[in-house]
Amino acid sequence: MYSTISVWQRLRRTPYQTVASLFMMFITLFVLGLFLLLVASSSALVGYFESKPQLTVFFSNDKDKASIDKFAEKLKSTDKVLSTKYVSKEEALAIYREQNKDDPLLLEMVTADILPASLDVSATSPKYLDEIYQSVRSEPGVEDVVFQKEVVDTLIVWASTVRKVGFIFVFFLILSTFFILLTSVSMKIANKKEEIEILRLVGATNWYIKKPFIKEGLLYGLAGATMAFVISFFLMLYLEPYADSFLKGVGSLKLVSAGSFTLLIWPLNLTLFLLLYLLLVACGLGIGFVGSLFASSRYLND
Amino acid sequence: MILFDNVSKRYGKSTAVEDINFKIDKGEFVFLVGSSGAGKTTILRLIDRELLPSSGSVFVSDLEVNKLPKSRVPFLRRKVGFVFQDFKLLNDRTVAENVAVSLEILDRQSADIDKRIREVLNIVLLTEKANFFPKQLSLGEQQRVAIGRAVAGETEILLADEPTGNLDPKTSWDILKIITEINKQGKTVIMASHNVDIVNSMKKRVIEISKGKIIRDQKKSKYS
Repeated sequence: MYSTISVWQRLRRTPYQTVASLFMMFITLFVLGLFLLLVASSSALVGYFESKPQLTVFFSNDKDKASIDKFAEKLKSTDKVLSTKYVSKEEALAIYREQNKDDPLLLEMVTADILPASLDVSATSPKYLDEIYQSVRSEPGVEDVVFQKEVVDTLIVWASTVRKVGFIFVFFLILSTFFILLTSVSMKIANKKEEIEILRLVGATNWYIKKPFIKEGLLYGLAGATMAFVISFFLMLYLEPYADSFLKGVGSLKLVSAGSFTLLIWPLNLTLFLLLYLLLVACGLGIGFVGSLFASSRYLND
Repeated sequence: MILFDNVSKRYGKSTAVEDINFKIDKGEFVFLVGSSGAGKTTILRLIDRELLPSSGSVFVSDLEVNKLPKSRVPFLRRKVGFVFQDFKLLNDRTVAENVAVSLEILDRQSADIDKRIREVLNIVLLTEKANFFPKQLSLGEQQRVAIGRAVAGETEILLADEPTGNLDPKTSWDILKIITEINKQGKTVIMASHNVDIVNSMKKRVIEISKGKIIRDQKKSKYS
């Protein structure tokens, strides 16, 4: 068929334009993929920390469970504390063992005696955290208070920066891809001016003439998205051990949850990869379609 | 049916055709004759809406061509096949692919296209050269490809602009035989020519143009 033959012929006859368009599409989608993954991970991480107890109160050895329970009751009687959870020395050891199961040396050195009992405290709202922190640290028998609000705040700032910088970066990349496609398609239309004129004379509609150019744009999108996905996939596999040590103790990071369906961003999983590929393909096809349609409509004087 | 109703075409101050009136019935064979620059090509290009008249109306079947929306022009051109003096073939396509273009734009099935290509190549006597590229053909053969492409689709009217202009006498007669055959199948043919021998031997209706005006319109006429 004319359109199928033409797409292949065009790609073969203009290799430099084809490579430039394809490369730009690949770079754009690759960066877009990384940006999406970064934003999704940081949002999931922020969500994870927000859902965890925001204050952990460590007690000295002379503080027994009964007095800690009493202290917890006192905290819960205010409307600022949502819940508390007592973690005994033995439970603390079990957590420590789980976190360091691959390091026998660290396991040998630690016993339940040297680990403090603690109380995880969740605030009803992050705004009460500072107030709770101040009142808890002055309590007798409290050895240390770990205040996770700082971690969450840092993560929020980091996530927001990633989002803004990534958005601007991706926006300009999409814009340059769009213009490269525009130039490439319009040059090809100029080269095919005589052929287009003949097609018009035999009764081809504008859509029929545009079709090969749009197919070409879609092909760039599909190929660029596939290349971007393959590179991202191997990059993620390569970085997985590093992320694993960074996220030690986090377990899993939930991205979205709807009914019985839950999408995890960590650990890496097939559904995540599939979704990433579909997203990249959708974006690639979208950019390819709009770019080539715009160029062909503009230069074919619709 | 083709009807020209007081049609004039002007380019700035110069007039290409002026007050042209004629009616051509379905299935007729008409020669448009006149010297170079007389206005023959302008008349043909007004029929397939390559040009718009400065005044007057052009009708093809029931369509008033000059009032046709731009989006409907391709559908008019599917009814009006045009054979150009310079062939206007797609040089990177084979003979069969050139003919196929007129069928692909109609969204026909591949099997239908293949069948019709075989029929058309049989009419224009190019069955053996279906896979040749235009550059591998003689001028006469290229013109036959152009005729094949013009009549392959839903063509009702064939416009031929000096189709024998670049050809030797024998090849010109071969082309004319094919066009005559196409006319016998019920298609209206309007052929611009200044080949006296061809026009005179055919004894068809002749519309003679001079300086943009019709100076003669006679049935079974000769060109002197």
